Amino acid sequence: MVSQSMGALSLGWFALCLGVAVAVDRGNFKTCEQSAFCKRQRAMKAGQSPYRALLDTLELSDSRVTLQLINDNNKVHLLLELYRLQGNMTRVKINELKPLKPRFEVPDVLIADPPTEPLSVVSRDENGVVLSLGDEARRLIVSAQPFRLDIVEGPQVLLSLNSRGLLAFEHLRPRKDTSTFGKAWDRIKCIFSSEDDNQPGLWEETFKSHTDSKPNGPTSISLDFSLPGVEHVYGIPEHADNLKLKSTDGGDPYRLYNLDVFQYELYNPMALYGAVPVLLSHNAQRTMGIFWFNAAETWVDISSNTAGKTVFGKMLDYVQGASETPQTDIRWISESGIIDVFIMLGPKPADVFTQYASLTGTQSFPPLSALAYHQCRWNYNDQEDVRAVNQGFDEHDIPCDFIWLDIEHTDGKRYFTWDPSKFPKPLEMLQDLTDKRRKMVAIVDPHIKVDSGYKIHSELRSKNLYVKNKDGADYEGWCWPGNAGYPDFIRPDTRAWWASMFAYDQYEGSTENLYTWNDMNEPSVFNGPEVTMHKDAVHGAWEHRDLHNLYGFYVQMATAEGLIQRSEGKERPFVLTRAFFAGSQRYGAVWTGDNAAEWDHLKISIPMCLNLNLVGISFCGADVGGFFKSPSTELLVRWYQAGAYQPFFRAHAHMDTPRREPWLFGPENTALIREAILQRYALLPYWYQLFYHAYLTGQPIMRPLWVEYPGDASTFAMDDQYLLGRDLLVHPVTEEGARGITAYLPGQGEVWYDVHTFQKHNGAQNLYIPVTISSIPVFQHGGSIIPKKLRIRRSSSCMENDPYTFIVALSPQRTAEGELYIDDGHTFSYRTEKKFIHRRLTFANNTLTSRSDFSTPSWIERVVILGAQKPNKVTLRMSSLDFEFDTAMSVLTLRKPGMNVGADWSILLQ
Amino acid sequence: MQHNVNWLQALLVLSLSVTLGWTVEVQRPRGVPLTKRQFYDEAKPFTCLDGSRTIPFDRVNDDYCDCKDGSDEPGTAACPNGSFHCTNAGYRPTFIPSSRINDGICDCCDGTDEYNSGASCQNTCKELGRKEREALQKLAEITKEGFLLKQQLIEEAKKGQQEKQSRLSELQDSRKGHEDKVEALRTVKETAEQPEKEAKERHLKAWEEHKAALRLEKEKAKMAEVFLELDDNADGFVDVSELQTHQELDPDGDGTLTDTEAQGLLGGAHKVDSTEFMNMWSNMKEKYVSEVCPPTPSSDLDKDPDSVYPEDDLDEDAAGEDDEDDDDDDDRDDDDDKVISPLQVLEKLSVCERERWCLLCNAALLPFSFRALEKEISFDFGPSSEFAYLYSQCYELTTNEYIYRLCPFNRVSQKPKYGGSETSLGSWGSWSGPEDNKYSVMKYEHGMGCWQGPNRSTTVKLTCGKETAVVSTSEPSRCEYLMEFTTPAVCLEPPNIDTQVHDEF
Repeated sequence: MVSQSMGALSLGWFALCLGVAVAVDRGNFKTCEQSAFCKRQRAMKAGQSPYRALLDTLELSDSRVTLQLINDNNKVHLLLELYRLQGNMTRVKINELKPLKPRFEVPDVLIADPPTEPLSVVSRDENGVVLSLGDEARRLIVSAQPFRLDIVEGPQVLLSLNSRGLLAFEHLRPRKDTSTFGKAWDRIKCIFSSEDDNQPGLWEETFKSHTDSKPNGPTSISLDFSLPGVEHVYGIPEHADNLKLKSTDGGDPYRLYNLDVFQYELYNPMALYGAVPVLLSHNAQRTMGIFWFNAAETWVDISSNTAGKTVFGKMLDYVQGASETPQTDIRWISESGIIDVFIMLGPKPADVFTQYASLTGTQSFPPLSALAYHQCRWNYNDQEDVRAVNQGFDEHDIPCDFIWLDIEHTDGKRYFTWDPSKFPKPLEMLQDLTDKRRKMVAIVDPHIKVDSGYKIHSELRSKNLYVKNKDGADYEGWCWPGNAGYPDFIRPDTRAWWASMFAYDQYEGSTENLYTWNDMNEPSVFNGPEVTMHKDAVHGAWEHRDLHNLYGFYVQMATAEGLIQRSEGKERPFVLTRAFFAGSQRYGAVWTGDNAAEWDHLKISIPMCLNLNLVGISFCGADVGGFFKSPSTELLVRWYQAGAYQPFFRAHAHMDTPRREPWLFGPENTALIREAILQRYALLPYWYQLFYHAYLTGQPIMRPLWVEYPGDASTFAMDDQYLLGRDLLVHPVTEEGARGITAYLPGQGEVWYDVHTFQKHNGAQNLYIPVTISSIPVFQHGGSIIPKKLRIRRSSSCMENDPYTFIVALSPQRTAEGELYIDDGHTFSYRTEKKFIHRRLTFANNTLTSRSDFSTPSWIERVVILGAQKPNKVTLRMSSLDFEFDTAMSVLTLRKPGMNVGADWSILLQ
Repeated sequence: MQHNVNWLQALLVLSLSVTLGWTVEVQRPRGVPLTKRQFYDEAKPFTCLDGSRTIPFDRVNDDYCDCKDGSDEPGTAACPNGSFHCTNAGYRPTFIPSSRINDGICDCCDGTDEYNSGASCQNTCKELGRKEREALQKLAEITKEGFLLKQQLIEEAKKGQQEKQSRLSELQDSRKGHEDKVEALRTVKETAEQPEKEAKERHLKAWEEHKAALRLEKEKAKMAEVFLELDDNADGFVDVSELQTHQELDPDGDGTLTDTEAQGLLGGAHKVDSTEFMNMWSNMKEKYVSEVCPPTPSSDLDKDPDSVYPEDDLDEDAAGEDDEDDDDDDDRDDDDDKVISPLQVLEKLSVCERERWCLLCNAALLPFSFRALEKEISFDFGPSSEFAYLYSQCYELTTNEYIYRLCPFNRVSQKPKYGGSETSLGSWGSWSGPEDNKYSVMKYEHGMGCWQGPNRSTTVKLTCGKETAVVSTSEPSRCEYLMEFTTPAVCLEPPNIDTQVHDEF
């Protein structure tokens, strides 16, 4: 019986694959109309908010203001909490005052309880309360009826909440037919006046063949935000769409629900593998962010009056006056949890990044080699294949740091194992790579084959660490190994156990140059609804519904922790993940999933990574060459050229495609690809320094131009070029048969230098550049100093001790500045022991200077040496120092050495 | 500072080559081969080897790249396009890219590339040299023996070629004979038809007479069928070996139809034509079992005859049985699976139709024999036809999961070891080695299609070996197979072994 049903399942999956051979099968994934809560919420009309603030319930404490809200339709009370956070942020929380049972609040994503600052009541009357958000006349206005919040600065409204009256909070309620509350409930009206409890989709929902049992009934939440003066909004990855988010009027909202989408389509709002519910708004004056802190399925509607729609109305008039101001309205809808929003008030782009980083942390600082070139394929067939590829890079003199193994390396898709006939001696294979100072990544997915002979499975089962189905048994789904269980990564004990599996004595055949790739962690469940886990699966007290978008985040967290632990906390981990959430930047790299070998997919890799960078996840890349299908030689070359300038640089290919190692396309193309990779390696010192900064400050590595030129409106929608850090502008060639590109060089009165020819160009112009197949248009900002290493070797480790070249690009004022960051490249000692060099480089007045990051005018007055013998002479830099010697006490005192305490020096006693 | 000292040391090194007991000392900058030593004269300024620039000699190997061609830094990693010469005494000298100097990895077997990286490199040149000499010696032996085998193959191919040519003209000559045979059959048929005609004309005939006549007709028609069936090579004669494919005719019942017994059945002759066969038929008709499957009702009778005989299969058939003494039963079985026998069709035909078909059979079979031969002769079996012996052969290799089968100049296939259907990995395409070594690679194309992918294809790499065998298979890319195949036919004339390993002095 078991095998029979397994066969049927596998057949079904195969049929599914066949069915979607051309592109994504949209029918496998829900539209808003097919998602009961989204449909319900979206049917609400603006301007009819039933919520009223009960001002007399206001309580003010040191850290927050609380206030009750009431839904006048059903008399359900909500509790509003307002926080003023350090660093110019406001947090707004809304929960039921007395929920039937607790509602899910996202754990583990915030790096700490955000520190608060005191709020004070500026004024209040029966219509509302005005709270002070600190100086600069920044106020938070609470209006009572209908309830709304406005954040203003002086006369200007920055942002309004519930201004369209789309706040909706579906409170928990007993099930009508199963409880003694049944009759009582009959009399309670639903929050939606047009609805009653018989509406389909409240207590059960069916999509295709899958029924969601919804034991808690309707629990969705929604809130709208208005951004006056804003025409450009960004973020909420992951979508295969442009950088600037589009109006969703007349179409589906942007969806955030981590899904394994087979052959995804471009330029639409469908959900993909990861979700970061952070939206940035920008205009020439101000940049802000909204962090909708919810891990359930979420839909985001965006509308804009400048997109030809006028959906908001008179409600703003009392502060705004004019009705001609451009405005963007956002509405967030989530299936469960609570409303918890961080409003990051900027005002500059860099401030928003800092604010967001203070909540969810910064990019992990990866080992240097992870920034180099990665060679992957599904699959390198066996050890001999790996040996040949490794050798191929040497034969063709192409650098490479990592060779990757996909799922076929395992023994029957049992992760942490090796196929005994194809990879019988992994240690030997890893040693071969070590011999060339290269490394390897092997895949470890979270679906665990149900097989009593498999250690990982039997431990998970005996320790009872699997996710449960709605009936309390271990949840099982179909994935690569066949029937599989899914560890409950939400539990700290599961994560601790998982991390311990990476210990060298647990993970047989692993060594310190083996790193990890977490794929399929949405989680992917081939026979589940929308190819993922059933929402009524159970994680302890919570439903999968509540925390779906967190699953992948936790998988990567536990894996990274495992890699740290196996080295006893010494070595930095490197873990690639496909699924992600807010905060995933702390655990490694992400890639844009299973793209295709098409020019449009090459183009979209730029906005996809830019949007990820804007919300903290800097370590982003796309499969070079495209995963599905086979690229033309021209596309492959162009993709290497573009990928060399994206943070995560990995070539990858589907197993059904012909081989495409860089040397398989004739000597000319090999040379072109080699050149692209060499440019990457030459810039590794700059990349490393950018990552160090991203780690320290949370500033993105790949930046839209508006981040550095916030007042230049022509850059606001630009996503075919970008900045790396502040100083390199990259405009990859992404058109087939291109003869030229037009790059926009920003900055009135600034200059840019072509990094290949050193030709100088003025800023604030559209520059047409003729291109050939070897062209990679990149420009260095006048006024910057970029460190490079021009001796390219077969891997970044081989270049460790190589000398540096500084490229000093002068500004029109003949000045430049830059920096140099160096550490051992792979351990935590930069952090634990402060072992690093960080120099500031400046060029001014025809002098190039390197100095330490921190300087002081303090100098050394004297040195007293106890227990000394009397020297004949004491010298500092060849000159003698005066000294006194106390023979009785054997104390030697050196008089006025005089050097700055920050300088390097040595004193010689003779 | 530490570096500078090392670079000074690097400037001039003492190159010690210890070979066969001699010690030779040659002074030259690090990384310079002997052949270029004269360009590096420390007494003179150095001119980049591309002539682009002249620099003071102390800038040679000073760890800064001055020459565009990299020639001023033969011993450091400073130039992106430089190369370093490893003397590798005891093994082969070699050049490595400058980027591998002091990168912590031992590239030269003498370890000279890692003079300042902290890597401790063992000198493995002697060991490598010894191993290489051994390998070369082994290879030389194989090559030698293989080359001898190749000479034989060439001889055989020549003979085979001649035989085929003469058989071709023989076939042309016997075209007349075939026509005669057709005539003979026509006579047989007309004789058989005569009673029927008379019956028709007269409308009334005694039943016994009529039946006897029909029986006779059937007998003769049957005999004609059998003749065709037995005449495997369609030469118009049934011979002893052709008869021996029918062991059921064994007169003494010992299970073996010996030459003598067969000859006995043919009336003492080695072979008989159709007329003679008529006389012998009564000796065997009781025991004879037809080779064709029992006829099944067919609605395909008016099919175009061309579609009944797929050309390729008949080619194969003819190719497999082109010799008098070839009685390959396997081939026959294969073919019977695939081809509807003309006789099967004949069974269902009226006398009149049979007549027409017999003529067609003969007309058709003759060109098949020609074409098969012509096709075989037209194959490119290499400059001296040394690959001809592979034609119509098949070689197998069994791996963990599959049995791979290579039939050179025909097809490659794969069959699961534990049951399952065979998959075509490609049909003969062409020789596709590099221009200077065209006969080192075979390409088989247009195999079974892959889901979402190309049709399967196989590249066969040929290497010199005494045995003819498939030695490995792999699928480096989905649906693109790679086979390694050894054969004496690619063995080159053995070179003089003594010149294989040089030591630089």
